[in-house]
Amino acid sequence: MTQVLDIDQIETTGGEGPKVLVRGFGAAFGGNEVLRGINLQIRPRERLAIIGPASSGKTTFLRSLNRLNDLEHSFSHSGRILLDGQDIQGSDMDVAELRRRVGMVYAVPIPLPWSIYDNIAYGPRLAGIRDRYHLDEIVESSLKGAILWDEVKDRLRTLATNLSGGQQQRLCLARVLALEPELLLLDEPCSGLDPISTAKIEDAMLELKRKYSIVLVTNNTKQAARASDRTAFFFMGQLVECGPTRQVFTNPANQRTSDYITGHFG
Amino acid sequence: MTTALTQTVGLTRPKTTRFNANPIIRIVLMLLALSAMSGLAIITLFIFKEGVPIIAKVGFRHFLFSSNWYPLEGEFGIFSMIMGSLAVTAGAMVVGMVFGLGCAILLTQFCPPRWVSIIKPAIELLAGIPSVVYGFIGVAILVPFIRDYLGGPGLSVLASSIVLGVMTLPTITSISVDALQAVPRTYGEGSIALGATEWQTTYMVILKAARSGIVAAVILGMGRAIGETMAVIMVAGNTLDVPHSILDPVRTLTSNIALEMGYAAGDHRKALFATGVTLFVIIMILNTIALTVSRRRSKGKVLAK
Repeated sequence: MTQVLDIDQIETTGGEGPKVLVRGFGAAFGGNEVLRGINLQIRPRERLAIIGPASSGKTTFLRSLNRLNDLEHSFSHSGRILLDGQDIQGSDMDVAELRRRVGMVYAVPIPLPWSIYDNIAYGPRLAGIRDRYHLDEIVESSLKGAILWDEVKDRLRTLATNLSGGQQQRLCLARVLALEPELLLLDEPCSGLDPISTAKIEDAMLELKRKYSIVLVTNNTKQAARASDRTAFFFMGQLVECGPTRQVFTNPANQRTSDYITGHFG
Repeated sequence: MTTALTQTVGLTRPKTTRFNANPIIRIVLMLLALSAMSGLAIITLFIFKEGVPIIAKVGFRHFLFSSNWYPLEGEFGIFSMIMGSLAVTAGAMVVGMVFGLGCAILLTQFCPPRWVSIIKPAIELLAGIPSVVYGFIGVAILVPFIRDYLGGPGLSVLASSIVLGVMTLPTITSISVDALQAVPRTYGEGSIALGATEWQTTYMVILKAARSGIVAAVILGMGRAIGETMAVIMVAGNTLDVPHSILDPVRTLTSNIALEMGYAAGDHRKALFATGVTLFVIIMILNTIALTVSRRRSKGKVLAK
Protein backbone atom coordinates (compact mmCIF):
# COMPACT_ATOMS: atom_id res chain seq x y z
CA MET A 1 0.00 0.00 0.00
CA THR A 2 2.86 2.37 0.69
CA GLN A 3 4.58 1.93 -2.60
CA VAL A 4 3.09 4.20 -5.22
CA LEU A 5 4.10 3.44 -8.73
CA ASP A 6 4.66 6.54 -10.76
CA ILE A 7 5.76 5.64 -14.22
CA ASP A 8 5.50 9.29 -15.17
CA GLN A 9 8.65 10.06 -13.28
CA ILE A 10 10.59 7.58 -15.33
CA GLU A 11 9.02 8.30 -18.67
CA THR A 12 10.16 11.27 -20.68
CA THR A 13 7.53 13.69 -21.88
CA GLY A 14 9.31 14.87 -25.00
CA GLY A 15 9.91 18.56 -25.64
CA GLU A 16 6.69 19.82 -24.05
CA GLY A 17 6.17 20.01 -20.30
CA PRO A 18 3.15 18.36 -18.71
CA LYS A 19 -0.18 20.15 -18.86
CA VAL A 20 -0.92 19.29 -15.27
CA LEU A 21 1.52 18.15 -12.64
CA VAL A 22 0.13 16.70 -9.43
CA ARG A 23 2.57 16.39 -6.56
CA GLY A 24 1.80 14.68 -3.27
CA PHE A 25 -1.84 15.69 -3.44
CA GLY A 26 -4.14 14.66 -0.62
CA ALA A 27 -7.74 15.62 0.10
CA ALA A 28 -10.13 15.24 3.01
CA PHE A 29 -13.72 16.11 3.87
CA GLY A 30 -13.81 16.91 7.55
CA GLY A 31 -11.72 14.21 9.18
CA ASN A 32 -12.38 11.77 6.38
CA GLU A 33 -9.31 11.33 4.18
CA VAL A 34 -10.33 10.71 0.58
CA LEU A 35 -7.09 11.08 -1.35
CA ARG A 36 -3.51 10.47 -0.25
CA GLY A 37 -0.15 11.19 -1.84
CA ILE A 38 -1.24 11.40 -5.46
CA ASN A 39 1.59 11.96 -7.95
CA LEU A 40 0.48 12.20 -11.53
CA GLN A 41 0.88 14.15 -14.68
CA ILE A 42 -1.45 14.92 -17.52
CA ARG A 43 0.19 15.60 -20.82
CA PRO A 44 -0.83 17.94 -23.58
CA ARG A 45 -3.32 16.39 -26.01
CA GLU A 46 -3.74 13.03 -24.37
CA ARG A 47 -6.74 11.17 -23.07
CA LEU A 48 -6.09 9.96 -19.56
CA ALA A 49 -8.61 7.50 -18.17
CA ILE A 50 -9.03 7.13 -14.41
CA ILE A 51 -10.52 3.85 -13.29
CA GLY A 52 -11.10 2.34 -9.88
CA PRO A 53 -13.80 0.91 -7.65
CA ALA A 54 -16.45 3.05 -5.96
CA SER A 55 -15.21 5.55 -3.35
CA SER A 56 -11.63 5.28 -4.55
CA GLY A 57 -11.39 9.07 -4.85
CA LYS A 58 -11.65 9.36 -8.64
CA THR A 59 -14.30 12.04 -8.64
CA THR A 60 -12.74 13.96 -5.77
CA PHE A 61 -9.49 14.02 -7.71
CA LEU A 62 -11.25 15.28 -10.82
CA ARG A 63 -13.08 17.96 -8.88
CA SER A 64 -9.80 19.06 -7.33
CA LEU A 65 -8.43 19.91 -10.76
CA ASN A 66 -10.89 22.79 -11.19
CA ARG A 67 -11.24 23.47 -7.46
CA LEU A 68 -14.90 22.54 -7.43
CA ASN A 69 -14.34 20.89 -4.06
CA ASP A 70 -13.84 24.36 -2.62
CA LEU A 71 -17.64 24.61 -2.56
CA GLU A 72 -17.70 22.08 0.28
CA HIS A 73 -17.06 23.83 3.55
CA SER A 74 -15.40 20.79 5.10
CA PHE A 75 -12.91 20.26 2.26
CA SER A 76 -9.20 20.48 2.93
CA HIS A 77 -6.19 19.45 0.85
CA SER A 78 -2.44 19.02 0.90
CA GLY A 79 0.17 18.86 -1.82
CA ARG A 80 0.20 20.81 -5.04
CA ILE A 81 -1.44 20.81 -8.45
CA LEU A 82 0.33 22.77 -11.17
CA LEU A 83 -1.46 23.81 -14.34
CA ASP A 84 1.15 24.87 -16.91
CA GLY A 85 3.54 25.22 -14.01
CA GLN A 86 1.24 27.52 -12.04
CA ASP A 87 -0.10 26.41 -8.66
CA ILE A 88 -3.90 26.33 -8.97
CA GLN A 89 -4.28 26.81 -5.23
CA GLY A 90 -2.03 29.87 -5.35
CA SER A 91 -3.33 33.22 -4.22
CA ASP A 92 -2.71 34.73 -7.64
CA MET A 93 -4.99 32.18 -9.32
CA ASP A 94 -8.38 33.51 -10.39
CA VAL A 95 -10.74 30.64 -9.61
CA ALA A 96 -13.37 31.64 -12.19
CA GLU A 97 -10.62 31.86 -14.81
CA LEU A 98 -9.26 28.46 -13.74
CA ARG A 99 -12.71 26.91 -14.18
CA ARG A 100 -12.91 28.37 -17.65
CA ARG A 101 -9.56 26.80 -18.51
CA VAL A 102 -10.47 23.48 -16.94
CA GLY A 103 -13.91 22.48 -18.22
CA MET A 104 -15.99 19.76 -16.61
CA VAL A 105 -18.79 17.46 -17.72
CA TYR A 106 -20.77 15.62 -15.06
CA ALA A 107 -22.13 12.11 -14.87
CA VAL A 108 -25.68 13.40 -14.88
CA PRO A 109 -26.27 16.06 -17.54
CA ILE A 110 -27.50 19.26 -15.97
CA PRO A 111 -28.58 21.72 -18.62
CA LEU A 112 -29.66 24.98 -17.05
CA PRO A 113 -33.39 25.62 -17.50
CA TRP A 114 -32.94 27.89 -20.53
CA SER A 115 -32.80 27.51 -24.29
CA ILE A 116 -30.09 25.45 -25.97
CA TYR A 117 -28.51 28.64 -27.28
CA ASP A 118 -28.45 30.37 -23.90
CA ASN A 119 -26.98 27.31 -22.24
CA ILE A 120 -23.99 27.37 -24.53
CA ALA A 121 -23.65 31.13 -24.69
CA TYR A 122 -23.72 31.40 -20.89
CA GLY A 123 -20.02 30.71 -20.34
CA PRO A 124 -18.78 32.98 -23.13
CA ARG A 125 -21.15 35.72 -21.95
CA LEU A 126 -19.69 35.43 -18.46
CA ALA A 127 -16.26 35.72 -19.98
CA GLY A 128 -17.38 39.04 -21.44
CA ILE A 129 -18.27 38.16 -25.02
CA ARG A 130 -21.29 40.24 -26.03
CA ASP A 131 -21.08 40.33 -29.83
CA ARG A 132 -24.02 38.42 -31.34
CA TYR A 133 -22.21 37.08 -34.38
CA HIS A 134 -19.29 35.96 -32.32
CA LEU A 135 -21.65 34.18 -29.93
CA ASP A 136 -23.52 32.56 -32.85
CA GLU A 137 -20.20 31.29 -34.15
CA ILE A 138 -19.18 29.90 -30.77
CA VAL A 139 -22.52 28.14 -30.32
CA GLU A 140 -22.30 26.55 -33.75
CA SER A 141 -18.70 25.37 -33.44
CA SER A 142 -19.23 24.06 -29.91
CA LEU A 143 -22.29 22.09 -30.93
CA LYS A 144 -20.37 20.70 -33.89
CA GLY A 145 -17.50 19.77 -31.60
CA ALA A 146 -19.90 17.80 -29.42
CA ILE A 147 -21.53 16.19 -32.50
CA LEU A 148 -24.90 17.70 -31.66
CA TRP A 149 -25.25 20.49 -34.23
CA ASP A 150 -27.15 18.53 -36.86
CA GLU A 151 -29.74 17.38 -34.34
CA VAL A 152 -30.54 20.76 -32.83
CA LYS A 153 -29.61 23.43 -35.38
CA ASP A 154 -33.27 24.16 -36.16
CA ARG A 155 -34.36 24.52 -32.55
CA LEU A 156 -31.64 26.42 -30.74
CA ARG A 157 -34.28 28.56 -29.00
CA THR A 158 -36.15 25.68 -27.44
CA LEU A 159 -35.66 24.56 -23.86
CA ALA A 160 -32.52 22.50 -23.37
CA THR A 161 -34.27 20.42 -20.71
CA ASN A 162 -36.53 18.97 -23.41
CA LEU A 163 -33.62 17.20 -25.10
CA SER A 164 -33.06 13.49 -24.60
CA GLY A 165 -30.52 12.32 -22.03
CA GLY A 166 -27.80 11.62 -24.58
CA GLN A 167 -28.37 14.96 -26.28
CA GLN A 168 -28.31 16.75 -22.93
CA GLN A 169 -24.96 15.18 -22.15
CA ARG A 170 -23.54 16.33 -25.47
CA LEU A 171 -25.05 19.75 -24.82
CA CYS A 172 -23.13 19.89 -21.55
CA LEU A 173 -20.00 18.94 -23.44
CA ALA A 174 -20.70 21.68 -26.01
CA ARG A 175 -21.26 24.15 -23.19
CA VAL A 176 -17.80 23.41 -21.86
CA LEU A 177 -16.22 23.52 -25.33
CA ALA A 178 -17.67 27.00 -25.82
CA LEU A 179 -15.15 28.20 -23.25
CA GLU A 180 -12.27 26.70 -25.24
CA PRO A 181 -10.79 25.02 -22.18
CA GLU A 182 -7.26 23.67 -22.11
CA LEU A 183 -8.16 20.67 -20.03
CA LEU A 184 -11.39 18.73 -20.23
CA LEU A 185 -12.63 16.75 -17.25
CA LEU A 186 -15.26 14.10 -17.91
CA ASP A 187 -16.82 12.48 -14.86
CA GLU A 188 -18.40 9.24 -16.05
CA PRO A 189 -19.95 11.10 -18.96
CA CYS A 190 -21.57 7.99 -20.40
CA SER A 191 -22.89 6.31 -17.25
CA GLY A 192 -26.53 6.93 -18.11
CA LEU A 193 -26.31 6.76 -21.87
CA ASP A 194 -27.21 4.25 -24.53
CA PRO A 195 -24.42 2.72 -26.67
CA ILE A 196 -25.04 5.04 -29.61
CA SER A 197 -24.81 8.20 -27.51
CA THR A 198 -21.76 6.73 -25.81
CA ALA A 199 -20.11 6.13 -29.17
CA LYS A 200 -20.86 9.71 -30.18
CA ILE A 201 -19.22 11.05 -27.03
CA GLU A 202 -16.20 8.82 -27.56
CA ASP A 203 -15.96 10.02 -31.17
CA ALA A 204 -16.12 13.58 -29.94
CA MET A 205 -13.31 12.85 -27.45
CA LEU A 206 -11.08 11.47 -30.17
CA GLU A 207 -11.65 14.61 -32.20
CA LEU A 208 -11.17 16.92 -29.22
CA LYS A 209 -7.91 15.30 -28.24
CA ARG A 210 -6.25 17.20 -31.07
CA LYS A 211 -6.70 20.41 -29.12
CA TYR A 212 -7.25 19.52 -25.48
CA SER A 213 -6.00 17.27 -22.74
CA ILE A 214 -8.83 15.06 -21.56
CA VAL A 215 -9.27 13.32 -18.23
CA LEU A 216 -11.96 10.67 -18.28
CA VAL A 217 -13.22 9.12 -15.08
CA THR A 218 -15.11 5.96 -15.86
CA ASN A 219 -16.50 2.89 -14.15
CA ASN A 220 -16.53 1.14 -17.45
CA THR A 221 -13.12 -0.49 -17.89
CA LYS A 222 -13.94 -1.33 -21.49
CA GLN A 223 -14.49 2.31 -22.20
CA ALA A 224 -11.18 3.16 -20.58
CA ALA A 225 -9.49 0.53 -22.71
CA ARG A 226 -10.89 1.80 -25.99
CA ALA A 227 -11.06 5.55 -25.42
CA SER A 228 -7.86 6.54 -23.67
CA ASP A 229 -4.13 6.84 -24.28
CA ARG A 230 -3.05 6.30 -20.71
CA THR A 231 -4.87 4.84 -17.75
CA ALA A 232 -4.54 5.51 -14.03
CA PHE A 233 -5.92 3.08 -11.46
CA PHE A 234 -7.11 4.54 -8.18
CA PHE A 235 -7.79 2.40 -5.15
CA MET A 236 -8.77 3.51 -1.63
CA GLY A 237 -7.70 7.08 -2.25
CA GLN A 238 -4.31 6.19 -3.67
CA LEU A 239 -2.87 5.99 -7.15
CA VAL A 240 -1.90 2.37 -7.63
CA GLU A 241 -0.67 2.43 -11.16
CA CYS A 242 -0.50 4.74 -14.14
CA GLY A 243 0.77 3.93 -17.61
CA PRO A 244 -0.05 3.54 -21.28
CA THR A 245 -3.53 2.06 -21.54
CA ARG A 246 -2.42 -0.97 -23.50
CA GLN A 247 0.21 -1.80 -20.93
CA VAL A 248 -2.11 -1.30 -17.95
CA PHE A 249 -4.70 -3.56 -19.49
CA THR A 250 -2.46 -6.28 -20.87
CA ASN A 251 0.42 -6.31 -18.47
CA PRO A 252 -0.41 -4.41 -15.29
CA ALA A 253 2.45 -3.87 -12.88
CA ASN A 254 0.30 -4.28 -9.80
CA GLN A 255 -1.74 -7.29 -8.72
CA ARG A 256 -4.68 -5.15 -7.57
CA THR A 257 -4.89 -3.48 -10.97
CA SER A 258 -4.99 -6.83 -12.62
CA ASP A 259 -7.67 -8.06 -10.19
CA TYR A 260 -9.81 -5.02 -10.83
CA ILE A 261 -9.52 -5.15 -14.59
CA THR A 262 -10.30 -8.81 -14.74
CA GLY A 263 -13.29 -8.29 -12.49
CA HIS A 264 -12.15 -10.05 -9.33
CA PHE A 265 -13.35 -7.14 -7.21
CA GLY A 266 -14.87 -3.67 -7.56
CA MET B 1 -41.58 -14.62 -25.08
CA THR B 2 -42.61 -11.60 -23.08
CA THR B 3 -46.30 -11.94 -23.96
CA ALA B 4 -46.25 -15.55 -22.92
CA LEU B 5 -44.72 -14.50 -19.64
CA THR B 6 -47.38 -11.92 -18.82
CA GLN B 7 -50.08 -14.40 -19.68
CA THR B 8 -48.76 -17.04 -17.33
CA VAL B 9 -48.15 -14.56 -14.52
CA GLY B 10 -51.62 -13.21 -15.11
CA LEU B 11 -52.43 -9.54 -15.16
CA THR B 12 -56.05 -10.21 -14.22
CA ARG B 13 -56.25 -10.57 -10.49
CA PRO B 14 -59.28 -12.27 -8.94
CA LYS B 15 -61.77 -9.62 -7.85
CA THR B 16 -61.93 -9.03 -4.12
CA THR B 17 -65.33 -8.60 -2.57
CA ARG B 18 -64.01 -6.31 0.12
CA PHE B 19 -66.05 -3.24 0.99
CA ASN B 20 -64.90 -0.28 -1.10
CA ALA B 21 -64.60 2.89 0.98
CA ASN B 22 -63.27 5.09 -1.81
CA PRO B 23 -66.55 6.70 -2.95
CA ILE B 24 -67.50 7.64 0.60
CA ILE B 25 -64.12 9.15 1.37
CA ARG B 26 -64.29 11.05 -1.86
CA ILE B 27 -67.69 12.50 -1.02
CA VAL B 28 -66.61 13.48 2.50
CA LEU B 29 -63.47 15.19 1.22
CA MET B 30 -65.50 16.94 -1.45
CA LEU B 31 -67.92 18.27 1.17
CA LEU B 32 -65.06 19.51 3.34
CA ALA B 33 -63.45 21.25 0.38
CA LEU B 34 -66.75 22.82 -0.61
CA SER B 35 -67.42 24.09 2.91
CA ALA B 36 -64.04 25.83 2.93
CA MET B 37 -64.86 27.38 -0.41
CA SER B 38 -68.36 28.32 0.68
CA GLY B 39 -66.81 30.28 3.56
CA LEU B 40 -65.02 32.42 1.00
CA ALA B 41 -68.16 32.70 -1.10
CA ILE B 42 -70.32 33.76 1.86
CA ILE B 43 -67.87 36.41 3.02
CA THR B 44 -67.60 37.75 -0.50
CA LEU B 45 -71.35 37.83 -0.99
CA PHE B 46 -71.92 39.45 2.38
CA ILE B 47 -69.51 42.35 2.00
CA PHE B 48 -70.58 42.92 -1.59
CA LYS B 49 -74.28 42.90 -0.60
CA GLU B 50 -73.64 45.38 2.21
CA GLY B 51 -71.14 47.55 0.38
CA VAL B 52 -72.11 47.76 -3.27
CA PRO B 53 -75.45 49.63 -2.84
CA ILE B 54 -73.77 52.52 -1.04
CA ILE B 55 -71.15 52.77 -3.79
CA ALA B 56 -73.98 53.02 -6.29
CA LYS B 57 -75.73 55.63 -4.15
CA VAL B 58 -72.65 57.83 -3.68
CA GLY B 59 -71.51 57.28 -7.22
CA PHE B 60 -68.72 54.95 -8.23
CA ARG B 61 -66.38 57.70 -9.32
CA HIS B 62 -67.07 59.89 -6.34
CA PHE B 63 -66.56 57.03 -3.92
CA LEU B 64 -63.20 55.99 -5.36
CA PHE B 65 -61.71 59.28 -6.48
CA SER B 66 -62.85 61.81 -3.92
CA SER B 67 -60.84 62.46 -0.79
CA ASN B 68 -63.80 63.89 1.14
CA TRP B 69 -64.72 61.50 3.91
CA TYR B 70 -67.31 63.22 6.09
CA PRO B 71 -69.65 60.47 7.21
CA LEU B 72 -71.93 62.81 9.17
CA GLU B 73 -72.61 64.89 6.05
CA GLY B 74 -72.99 61.84 3.87
CA GLU B 75 -69.70 62.40 2.01
CA PHE B 76 -67.96 59.09 1.38
CA GLY B 77 -64.79 59.43 -0.70
CA ILE B 78 -61.98 57.02 0.03
CA PHE B 79 -59.30 58.11 -2.44
CA SER B 80 -56.87 59.23 0.26
CA MET B 81 -57.20 55.88 2.02
CA ILE B 82 -56.63 53.92 -1.18
CA MET B 83 -53.49 55.95 -1.74
CA GLY B 84 -52.56 55.43 1.90
CA SER B 85 -52.93 51.66 1.64
CA LEU B 86 -50.98 51.48 -1.61
CA ALA B 87 -48.18 53.74 -0.33
CA VAL B 88 -47.79 51.82 2.91
CA THR B 89 -47.91 48.45 1.13
CA ALA B 90 -45.40 49.54 -1.49
CA GLY B 91 -43.08 50.80 1.21
CA ALA B 92 -43.47 47.60 3.21
CA MET B 93 -42.69 45.56 0.10
CA VAL B 94 -39.47 47.49 -0.49
CA VAL B 95 -38.39 46.88 3.10
CA GLY B 96 -39.59 43.28 3.13
CA MET B 97 -38.05 42.36 -0.21
CA VAL B 98 -34.69 43.98 0.37
CA PHE B 99 -34.24 42.44 3.78
CA GLY B 100 -36.23 39.24 3.35
CA LEU B 101 -34.83 38.28 -0.02
CA GLY B 102 -31.37 39.45 0.93
CA CYS B 103 -31.51 37.31 4.01
CA ALA B 104 -32.80 34.31 2.07
CA ILE B 105 -30.02 34.61 -0.51
CA LEU B 106 -27.38 34.97 2.18
CA LEU B 107 -28.71 31.99 4.10
CA THR B 108 -28.98 29.65 1.13
CA GLN B 109 -25.98 30.65 -0.95
CA PHE B 110 -23.25 32.09 1.20
CA CYS B 111 -23.67 30.53 4.65
CA PRO B 112 -22.71 27.20 6.14
CA PRO B 113 -25.87 25.07 6.43
CA ARG B 114 -25.68 25.16 10.22
CA TRP B 115 -26.41 28.88 10.22
CA VAL B 116 -29.59 28.33 8.27
CA SER B 117 -30.91 25.97 10.90
CA ILE B 118 -30.40 28.65 13.55
CA ILE B 119 -31.31 31.84 11.73
CA LYS B 120 -34.34 30.66 9.78
CA PRO B 121 -36.36 29.57 12.84
CA ALA B 122 -35.37 32.79 14.56
CA ILE B 123 -36.81 34.81 11.70
CA GLU B 124 -39.90 32.65 11.62
CA LEU B 125 -40.44 33.44 15.31
CA LEU B 126 -41.12 37.03 14.22
CA ALA B 127 -44.44 35.76 12.89
CA GLY B 128 -45.48 34.80 16.41
CA ILE B 129 -45.24 38.34 17.80
CA PRO B 130 -48.70 39.94 18.03
CA SER B 131 -49.16 42.86 15.69
CA VAL B 132 -50.02 45.20 18.53
CA VAL B 133 -46.53 44.64 19.89
CA TYR B 134 -45.06 45.70 16.58
CA GLY B 135 -47.22 48.79 16.72
CA PHE B 136 -46.13 49.48 20.26
CA ILE B 137 -42.45 49.24 19.39
CA GLY B 138 -43.11 51.42 16.35
CA VAL B 139 -44.75 54.11 18.47
CA ALA B 140 -42.22 53.92 21.27
CA ILE B 141 -39.00 53.85 19.21
CA LEU B 142 -39.47 54.34 15.48
CA VAL B 143 -41.90 57.28 15.53
CA PRO B 144 -39.84 59.49 17.86
CA PHE B 145 -36.72 58.59 15.88
CA ILE B 146 -38.29 59.66 12.58
CA ARG B 147 -39.72 62.81 14.16
CA ASP B 148 -36.39 63.84 15.63
CA TYR B 149 -34.07 62.97 12.77
CA LEU B 150 -36.15 63.20 9.60
CA GLY B 151 -38.86 65.68 10.53
CA GLY B 152 -42.63 65.58 10.23
CA PRO B 153 -44.95 64.22 12.87
CA GLY B 154 -43.20 60.85 13.02
CA LEU B 155 -46.46 58.99 12.56
CA SER B 156 -46.00 58.43 8.85
CA VAL B 157 -45.89 56.30 5.71
CA LEU B 158 -42.25 55.60 6.49
CA ALA B 159 -42.93 54.36 10.02
CA SER B 160 -45.77 52.10 8.83
CA SER B 161 -43.69 50.79 5.94
CA ILE B 162 -40.85 49.80 8.22
CA VAL B 163 -43.12 48.17 10.79
CA LEU B 164 -45.08 46.31 8.12
CA GLY B 165 -41.91 45.40 6.28
CA VAL B 166 -40.54 43.74 9.38
CA MET B 167 -43.85 41.97 9.88
CA THR B 168 -43.65 40.50 6.36
CA LEU B 169 -40.05 39.36 6.86
CA PRO B 170 -40.86 35.91 8.25
CA THR B 171 -43.21 35.14 5.36
CA ILE B 172 -40.92 36.43 2.64
CA THR B 173 -37.72 35.01 4.11
CA SER B 174 -38.98 31.58 4.94
CA ILE B 175 -40.82 30.95 1.66
CA SER B 176 -37.92 32.39 -0.35
CA VAL B 177 -35.46 30.16 1.51
CA ASP B 178 -37.61 27.15 0.66
CA ALA B 179 -37.81 28.22 -2.98
CA LEU B 180 -34.05 28.78 -3.19
CA GLN B 181 -33.27 25.49 -1.49
CA ALA B 182 -35.57 23.72 -3.94
CA VAL B 183 -33.32 24.76 -6.85
CA PRO B 184 -31.23 21.69 -7.68
CA ARG B 185 -27.73 22.04 -6.24
CA THR B 186 -26.38 20.89 -9.57
CA TYR B 187 -27.61 24.08 -11.29
CA GLY B 188 -25.32 26.16 -9.13
CA GLU B 189 -22.42 23.77 -9.50
CA GLY B 190 -22.87 23.57 -13.26
CA SER B 191 -22.76 27.32 -13.47
CA ILE B 192 -19.72 27.64 -11.23
CA ALA B 193 -17.90 24.97 -13.23
CA LEU B 194 -18.43 27.18 -16.28
CA GLY B 195 -16.43 29.95 -14.70
CA ALA B 196 -19.19 31.96 -13.05
CA THR B 197 -18.54 33.56 -9.69
CA GLU B 198 -20.86 32.70 -6.82
CA TRP B 199 -22.66 36.00 -7.15
CA GLN B 200 -23.13 35.61 -10.92
CA THR B 201 -24.45 32.12 -10.31
CA THR B 202 -26.88 33.31 -7.68
CA TYR B 203 -28.09 36.18 -9.80
CA MET B 204 -28.29 34.52 -13.21
CA VAL B 205 -29.14 30.93 -12.35
CA ILE B 206 -30.48 30.39 -8.84
CA LEU B 207 -32.74 33.42 -8.57
CA LYS B 208 -34.15 32.78 -12.04
CA ALA B 209 -34.91 29.17 -11.24
CA ALA B 210 -36.53 30.08 -7.93
CA ARG B 211 -38.50 32.97 -9.38
CA SER B 212 -41.99 31.53 -9.05
CA GLY B 213 -41.46 30.65 -5.39
CA ILE B 214 -40.05 34.08 -4.65
CA VAL B 215 -43.02 35.75 -6.33
CA ALA B 216 -45.33 33.63 -4.19
CA ALA B 217 -43.41 34.75 -1.11
CA VAL B 218 -43.77 38.39 -2.06
CA ILE B 219 -47.48 38.02 -2.83
CA LEU B 220 -48.14 36.43 0.54
CA GLY B 221 -46.08 39.13 2.24
CA MET B 222 -48.00 41.76 0.33
CA GLY B 223 -51.28 40.23 1.44
CA ARG B 224 -50.16 40.46 5.02
CA ALA B 225 -48.99 44.07 4.61
CA ILE B 226 -52.12 45.39 2.92
CA GLY B 227 -54.43 43.58 5.32
CA GLU B 228 -52.61 44.46 8.54
CA THR B 229 -54.61 46.82 10.73
CA MET B 230 -53.58 47.18 14.35
CA ALA B 231 -49.90 47.99 13.91
CA VAL B 232 -50.74 50.45 11.16
CA ILE B 233 -53.34 52.28 13.21
CA MET B 234 -50.73 52.82 15.89
CA VAL B 235 -47.96 54.25 13.70
CA ALA B 236 -49.63 55.72 10.59
CA GLY B 237 -51.25 58.80 12.07
CA ASN B 238 -54.65 58.10 10.45
CA THR B 239 -55.24 61.54 8.92
CA LEU B 240 -57.54 61.83 5.94
CA ASP B 241 -55.15 63.44 3.45
CA VAL B 242 -53.46 62.00 0.41
CA PRO B 243 -49.80 61.62 1.46
CA HIS B 244 -47.32 63.74 -0.46
CA SER B 245 -44.11 62.47 1.10
CA ILE B 246 -43.10 59.40 3.03
CA LEU B 247 -43.04 61.53 6.17
CA ASP B 248 -46.76 62.40 5.93
CA PRO B 249 -49.30 60.61 8.09
CA VAL B 250 -51.88 58.43 6.32
CA ARG B 251 -54.97 56.38 6.93
CA THR B 252 -55.28 53.00 5.26
CA LEU B 253 -58.47 51.23 4.18
CA THR B 254 -58.15 48.70 6.96
CA SER B 255 -57.54 51.33 9.63
CA ASN B 256 -60.59 53.22 8.44
CA ILE B 257 -62.82 50.20 8.95
CA ALA B 258 -61.34 49.35 12.33
CA LEU B 259 -61.41 52.91 13.65
CA GLU B 260 -64.99 53.72 12.71
CA MET B 261 -66.88 50.43 12.77
CA GLY B 262 -67.52 50.75 16.49
CA TYR B 263 -69.86 53.71 16.21
CA ALA B 264 -70.94 53.71 12.57
CA ALA B 265 -74.59 53.26 11.64
CA GLY B 266 -76.70 53.46 8.51
CA ASP B 267 -74.95 54.70 5.37
CA HIS B 268 -71.74 55.24 7.29
CA ARG B 269 -71.68 51.57 8.25
CA LYS B 270 -72.42 50.55 4.69
CA ALA B 271 -69.66 52.81 3.44
CA LEU B 272 -67.25 50.94 5.67
CA PHE B 273 -68.36 47.70 4.05
CA ALA B 274 -67.78 49.35 0.70
CA THR B 275 -64.26 50.17 1.90
CA GLY B 276 -63.87 46.46 2.54
CA VAL B 277 -65.10 45.69 -0.98
CA THR B 278 -62.48 48.06 -2.38
CA LEU B 279 -59.75 46.41 -0.33
CA PHE B 280 -60.90 43.01 -1.54
CA VAL B 281 -60.76 44.08 -5.18
CA ILE B 282 -57.35 45.74 -4.78
CA ILE B 283 -55.86 42.59 -3.28
CA MET B 284 -57.30 40.51 -6.13
CA ILE B 285 -55.86 42.90 -8.72
CA LEU B 286 -52.41 42.98 -7.11
CA ASN B 287 -52.27 39.19 -6.86
CA THR B 288 -53.32 38.75 -10.46
CA ILE B 289 -50.76 41.26 -11.69
CA ALA B 290 -47.96 39.67 -9.71
CA LEU B 291 -48.85 36.20 -10.95
CA THR B 292 -49.18 37.12 -14.61
CA VAL B 293 -46.01 39.18 -14.61
CA SER B 294 -43.99 36.33 -13.16
CA ARG B 295 -45.50 33.84 -15.61
CA ARG B 296 -44.98 36.01 -18.64
CA ARG B 297 -41.36 36.67 -17.68
CA SER B 298 -40.45 33.05 -17.22
CA LYS B 299 -41.99 32.20 -20.59
CA GLY B 300 -40.55 35.23 -22.34
CA LYS B 301 -36.97 34.45 -21.36
CA VAL B 302 -37.06 31.19 -23.24
CA LEU B 303 -38.64 32.51 -26.41
CA ALA B 304 -37.08 35.95 -26.60
CA LYS B 305 -33.49 36.88 -27.44
